[in-house]
Amino acid sequence: MRRNTRGKIPGVQAHTPNALLRFAVGNDLARGVAARALHRLRPMSAEKRSAWTGALIGIGMMAAVDEIVFHQVLGWHHFYDRSTLAVGLLADGLLHAAELIAIVAGFFGLLALRKRGELEGPWAWAGFFLGLGGFQVLDGVVIHKVLRLHQIRYGVPLLPYDLAWNFAGLVLMGVGLVLLVRARKQSGGGHAFAPHPSSL
Amino acid sequence: MPSHHTHLPSSDPLHAHAVGAHVAGMDVLSVLAGIVLALYFVGVVRRLRRGAPWSVFRSTSFAFGMGLVLAALTPPLAMLGHTDLRMHMVQHLLLGMLGPLGIVLGAPVTLALSQLAAPSARRVVRVLHSRPVRLLAHPVTALVLNIGGMAALYTTPLFARMLHDPALHFAVHVHFLVAGCVFSWAIAGTDPGPARPGYTHRIVALFVAIAAHATLAKVMFAYGFPRDTPFDAEATQDAAKLMYYGGDLSELVLAIALFTRVHAKRARAMAKVPAHVARAG
Repeated sequence: MRRNTRGKIPGVQAHTPNALLRFAVGNDLARGVAARALHRLRPMSAEKRSAWTGALIGIGMMAAVDEIVFHQVLGWHHFYDRSTLAVGLLADGLLHAAELIAIVAGFFGLLALRKRGELEGPWAWAGFFLGLGGFQVLDGVVIHKVLRLHQIRYGVPLLPYDLAWNFAGLVLMGVGLVLLVRARKQSGGGHAFAPHPSSL
Repeated sequence: MPSHHTHLPSSDPLHAHAVGAHVAGMDVLSVLAGIVLALYFVGVVRRLRRGAPWSVFRSTSFAFGMGLVLAALTPPLAMLGHTDLRMHMVQHLLLGMLGPLGIVLGAPVTLALSQLAAPSARRVVRVLHSRPVRLLAHPVTALVLNIGGMAALYTTPLFARMLHDPALHFAVHVHFLVAGCVFSWAIAGTDPGPARPGYTHRIVALFVAIAAHATLAKVMFAYGFPRDTPFDAEATQDAAKLMYYGGDLSELVLAIALFTRVHAKRARAMAKVPAHVARAG
């Protein structure tokens, strides 16, 4: 079979099953995916990019707060609750890795935005609070109630804890929304979710 | 042996012999590490004399990393690492994670290449480009060596055997050190790495490493690994916690090192794009 210099079979599209093979031999599998994601992000305005970067930090921070305050300091729910499955431990580990990388990536994203003079402070703060509250509510509803991976605390009536947990999340989201509206006004009108002129 | 470490019967003559042989093995490693550290600074001084710059960050990082490795190998810690699982875990963190990170950020291969005569430098580069090294230095291989090695040590009878077999114990420490260096080098090294893939790939590898390390530590905590050892449940759980939080610390530093490189690359790419094009996307 004739092959060209890059080892691809001529006429075969780049995203065929040999993508896995390329991953194994050192070619960047994610390059195609990342390029497409970047292409979608590019037309985003500086405001929106600031907001999303803030949200990334907010999500990572809330996950870290949950881990540090509730797992370590208070010890309400653990590190590991013996009743859960090994799958739960793996899910926890994945969440943990995502949170750590989200915080680092988020801060470097802010740094990059600032360097380019594109950092819109009010939008980043709005995104940050939306990220904090959004994660809190997602954790409170999906992780605790739908998947029931762990509960907030054991041996006590759960309802007040659940209400407080989700209420706190909603308040944080509310703060984020107020900040978003204010940031939008500061940026000179236009709907908060409207696409930037450059993307049209 | 200090009397407050009651996890192992110190009167066991076979065991006392194992500890002694083990500490002797560590001494050989310490001497080697000391020689490498000295060579590094000879190289730095020679470069600076010639007027070629060398970053203070790299020198500091290398000295710090080697210092941590040496600390892990000192007789008191090496001995305690044998009798107290917590100390073993501290040793493992220093030898396999934090120490290698400092060493790799010190860019020793770059320094060596600048100091060697051209033919020797070319030989080093040829080795770096050889197929086995390319395979070894790939983040996926490095990940399997690093985390897979840990999983094999702690969840199989290997750990219990290691306590009575000085040669095996020595090999395990060397494995930690080498696998840690290769992994840090593959993920965030500035030294030449011919097999190092793009950043997305490396971020994914780091993500998997953090998740696997955290999961392994929790499994050890929950199910009481390593098993069949003289250590009590409390010591085992403390060791797992140390592994969890210590691993986090070094993975955080590794992530920061990786993203610093991503950031620098992005800044270089942006510098090439005219400002109005960059803003409009």
